[in-house]
Amino acid sequence: MKAIVNVFLKNGVLDSQGKAVEHALSSHGYGTVSDVRVGKQIIIEMNESDAVSAKAKVAQMCEDLLANTVIEDYEIEIQA
Amino acid sequence: MKTKVGIIQFPGTNCEYDTQNAFAALGCETQILWHKEDSIPEGTDLLVVAGGFSYGDYLRSGAIAKMSPIMKAVKEYAANGGKVLGICNGFQVLTECGLLPGALKRNEGLHFISRHHHLKVVTNNNTFLKKCAVNDVVNIPIAHHDGNFYIDAQGLKELYANDQVLLHYTDESGNISSPNGSVDSIAGICNVTKNVFGLMPHPERAMESLLGSSDGRHMLEGFLSA
Repeated sequence: MKAIVNVFLKNGVLDSQGKAVEHALSSHGYGTVSDVRVGKQIIIEMNESDAVSAKAKVAQMCEDLLANTVIEDYEIEIQA
Repeated sequence: MKTKVGIIQFPGTNCEYDTQNAFAALGCETQILWHKEDSIPEGTDLLVVAGGFSYGDYLRSGAIAKMSPIMKAVKEYAANGGKVLGICNGFQVLTECGLLPGALKRNEGLHFISRHHHLKVVTNNNTFLKKCAVNDVVNIPIAHHDGNFYIDAQGLKELYANDQVLLHYTDESGNISSPNGSVDSIAGICNVTKNVFGLMPHPERAMESLLGSSDGRHMLEGFLSA
């Protein structure tokens, strides 16, 4: 079973890297770009057969280590 | 009696020997503590989480270090009133493990900043800055990529209400001037019980006027036993 974790800065916490990328895209003629957020993706292979239990474990990993919940939100997707 | 200082070393820490040198110059007994240790030596008066790039700053600065065996002992030591000082990466480790509030984000301008910067003492009502005067402006080196202190509005209010904001980044005259986008230009804070301290600037690199500044001495002297 595979878990895909996306970690982003929370709404309201300035994403300086996202702003820099947005500025670079806009100034290269991509005029329709209105916002960019830069995050990170963490892909975890797990020896688990139950998606619910796998997701619960990954959520705990996020709270413990993978995300800093003072400034970041996370999303978890479990793939069979 | 000599003040006994323990200095914590993770893989990637690189300021442990500067820190050791600084406290030795102040007459302290010092000991480097490898992160695999699971206890703090008896009689330790101060623990310093030194600067550097623990675990290569992988994932987030300080994030992996907080999982090291010694951090459990550091938490217990702090919970029993032991004094802990986190400098630069050490500050990041202390926020990551919850001993200090807030978080350190990537610098607003995205650059690594390495230069001297002025700081203004906000409060001296604590062990760390008791040898400094309020509104003193000190000249201390900074060297970081992730020094942009963040805390939400409620957290910021509590920091000021409890006298936990230690230092602001300023210019030479003491006017607020932030190099990295930190909330309210905050360079250092302490916990509510005022035994855990964290700052991004490096007082241990400001011990000799020959090397640019000796203003770090007054700061670190606060930890010396009376």
